[in-house]
Amino acid sequence: MYTTELGKTDGSLAQISQEDPALVEAFEARVAADEFIEPKDWMPEAYRRTLVRQISQHAHSEIVGMLPEGNWLTRAPSLRRKAVLLAKIQDEAGHGLYLYCAAETLGVSRAEMIDALHTGRAKYSTIFNYPTLTWADIGAIGWLVDGAAIMNQVPLQRTSYGPYARAMVRVCKEESFHQRQGYEIMMAMCAGTPDQKAMAQDALDRWWWPSLMMFGPPDDNSPNSAQSMRWRIKRDSNDELRQKFVDITKPQADHLGLEIPDKDLKWNEARGHYDFGAIDWEEFYAVVRGEGPVAKERMKARREAWEQGAWVRDAADAHEAKQRARASA
Amino acid sequence: MSQDWPLWEVFIRTKGGLSHRHVGSVHAPDGEMALRHARDTYTRRLEGVSLWIARSSDIVASDPDQAGALFEPAADKIYRHPTFYDIPDVVRHI
Repeated sequence: MYTTELGKTDGSLAQISQEDPALVEAFEARVAADEFIEPKDWMPEAYRRTLVRQISQHAHSEIVGMLPEGNWLTRAPSLRRKAVLLAKIQDEAGHGLYLYCAAETLGVSRAEMIDALHTGRAKYSTIFNYPTLTWADIGAIGWLVDGAAIMNQVPLQRTSYGPYARAMVRVCKEESFHQRQGYEIMMAMCAGTPDQKAMAQDALDRWWWPSLMMFGPPDDNSPNSAQSMRWRIKRDSNDELRQKFVDITKPQADHLGLEIPDKDLKWNEARGHYDFGAIDWEEFYAVVRGEGPVAKERMKARREAWEQGAWVRDAADAHEAKQRARASA
Repeated sequence: MSQDWPLWEVFIRTKGGLSHRHVGSVHAPDGEMALRHARDTYTRRLEGVSLWIARSSDIVASDPDQAGALFEPAADKIYRHPTFYDIPDVVRHI
């Protein structure tokens, strides 16, 4: 899963002006030469803060992303589907952990990040604030949401911050099965009864536009993008990736015999790309503000999981204390 | 806000004969739990045959700012490489 950078621009320019110009220049040169920046290297404060925000939002998205799918774990239609879904959800947990570790190398603690998520200060991908109403949604999420995530994450394997790039290499290696299992669910439903196919179409209808929004605001309204591109945190613009996603996904929908819910979607011979309709950005910003259909439910589930797991953490602490006491006795 | 457990670095030997390689880190109250967490987090797909866990705070690292002074002296000692020496082609097996 992936999150676009949702935070506001901070007062980075004032900060930068106080930093040693020679250090800044050397840093910019290293980044421009496609060198990786490592945790102990000098970096501008704004670079560090941008990364903390982006990587922690990405981590939160992986963790919250388990919830819509967990919703269907006990109702998967076969043991095979259940085993696959469970493996996918375990992967999402792993991805969240790789990313939290990468963020921690920048000097933010795990506890701070978890606290920011649970108190509602942190953002995560808007996509997870939509409900999963039917089993077909699990297919659509794998196909579209993980598909969009892969498109975003592949270039991040070459992002300029070493620990983030290495986490992305692991994530991308594991992510491919997520999309394929989703598409396979869609194929099975589209080859099923008319009701099942209608269910698949309904899932596509509901997930298509939120999936396009996953790439973030349009380039002309994405204030942090230029700086992130210059620092090679980002490698491609939001609109470039969104176009690529549409171009790749349309033929996949055709193969399923499903119709993408966009009457303006058509091949543009001159551009060599599909044209597509306008995105409802008001909806996107509303979901970013926390007005998504199931935003409250997601955070409630997260906090409950954390609180109900407290006894496990306490037990692990007690065990460690006992072992230590025995060793020193 | 709760306190974080100590951080542990995770190293995996991908197969017999290769050395352990750093893959990431985990939080855990003790080494044994760190090993279990590392197993769940980093070896879901047969990534290895052996795990090493080391407390992150036990690792002593060189300072990147000193990299020049530390490693540069090796750069001008090219006579440490076999290609530095001119041996005629007629001389074989050397």
